[in-house]
Amino acid sequence: MISLQHVTKNYPGSALPALDKISLEIEKGEFVFLVGPSGAGKSTLIKLLFREQLPTKGEIYFYGRNLARLNKKALLNHRRQIGMVFQDFRLLKQKTVFENVAFALEVLGKAPKEIEYKVSEVLDKVGLAGKEKSFPAELSGGEQQRVGVARALVKDPLLLLADEPTGNLDRNTSRQLMELFETINGEGTTMIIATHAWDLVDQMQKRVISLEKGRLVRDEKRGTYGYEF
Amino acid sequence: MKSEGLTAMNFNFLRYCLRQSRDSLKRNFWLALVTSCIIAVSLMIFGGFLLLAVNISQLMQDVQSNVEICVFLYDDADKDWLAEELQRLEGVETIRFVTKEEGLEDFGRTLGDAALVTGLQGENNPLPDAFRVTASAAELVPQLAQAMRRLEGVEMAEYGEELVGELLKLTGWINRLLVGVGLLLALGAVFLIVTTIRLSVMARREEIGIMKYLGASDWFVRFPFLVEGIAMGWLGTIVATAALVAVYGKVAATLQQDAFAFFLRPVTSPEQLLPVFTGLLLLGTCMGGFGSLISLRKFLRV
Repeated sequence: MISLQHVTKNYPGSALPALDKISLEIEKGEFVFLVGPSGAGKSTLIKLLFREQLPTKGEIYFYGRNLARLNKKALLNHRRQIGMVFQDFRLLKQKTVFENVAFALEVLGKAPKEIEYKVSEVLDKVGLAGKEKSFPAELSGGEQQRVGVARALVKDPLLLLADEPTGNLDRNTSRQLMELFETINGEGTTMIIATHAWDLVDQMQKRVISLEKGRLVRDEKRGTYGYEF
Repeated sequence: MKSEGLTAMNFNFLRYCLRQSRDSLKRNFWLALVTSCIIAVSLMIFGGFLLLAVNISQLMQDVQSNVEICVFLYDDADKDWLAEELQRLEGVETIRFVTKEEGLEDFGRTLGDAALVTGLQGENNPLPDAFRVTASAAELVPQLAQAMRRLEGVEMAEYGEELVGELLKLTGWINRLLVGVGLLLALGAVFLIVTTIRLSVMARREEIGIMKYLGASDWFVRFPFLVEGIAMGWLGTIVATAALVAVYGKVAATLQQDAFAFFLRPVTSPEQLLPVFTGLLLLGTCMGGFGSLISLRKFLRV
């Protein structure tokens, strides 16, 4: 599904590459943790997969298509196949829970009836049924992140990318969120999660890709976090 | 099936955009009002200049088309033959024969006191007989005068070459100046609109960023702002047009009644005024629309 071939990413003004000759394959339906110290290149890799940025060298293929060669329309289609979850949730404060999730479908030009049905379904799935009319400020951190997950999920993405999704959550809420991710993955969505939540990584025993100073240092099928705090 | 799906999507898109524009205009009501006022003031000044340019142009045309060619004759000239020859020239509209006595009376009137020419009557009259000729178009006057000078019995044919030339030059300069100043004002207004709409875009910067992450096309992001900008442009134009119509109507009515301003005949024909106001509406729309698009450019790079 995803193939990276000798991918290097340099940022102007930085002596060291953010990613250095990374090659790896990710299959459909996999659950992958991206781990490593801050500045290791996890966020850069996520940005490259979303095609927010382009690699300086090397190629990235998504279902056989080279991401560097997408035209405007193909780029939109690529992004519509991916759900993004952020550490800071990125919810619209003036919109309700329902409106925040519905926004993802309005952007795609879906009909109001379809939006209503799908949003209710996904809010039920993430455990937010009954909170439709609440505003983000009225929710806990964990609930806000669930809204973020619902917004990413509502368009039935093939791939869900999450950049430090538990970074602002307590341990218990983080565990619940990871359980939700596992359920979503069980339904066929491929997951790539950049995280520092070492205990959950250790506990869940999923594929772990470890980056350090932009280099791939470890790729284990059922790995652990592998760093000490 | 595919086209039905597309139509439904476009309809949903349009409905979404209109709702967004309405909500945004409501949310940023005062900002939108200020922007509309800026557009209105700029268009009022620009429209005022345009109306002035239209009227000056009209005035110049009037002056030029009223220019008469004075064809002075030798004493022994064959007047009947000359009248026929003059009539035959292409572009000649009217011919009036003026005897040397009538010429002297006219001269006295021009000087403002007929007594000044007493003593010049009869044998002492220095003026020759003349034809006064008008042309169907002002630009034909120079070549007609040239042709008349070649006719037998014609001493000279004058029309005030310098005056017509100067008037043509002056009209050109005034028009260029008015259009230049107007364009500068319009540019200044667009700059202000860009700044104002940028504030509205800044207020929704987060929303735009999220839209791009959700896979929204550039046009999906742009369209509500474009509608917003155009709506502000229209509001500004309506206010400017109403104000201009009221003020211009009043000024035109006053000038038409004023006996001392008999030479100023303001343009009132809808055929000449409609393009001015249509142009203003188009300009207001473009100003609002372009302002929105320029404001958004930076925020679409995600």
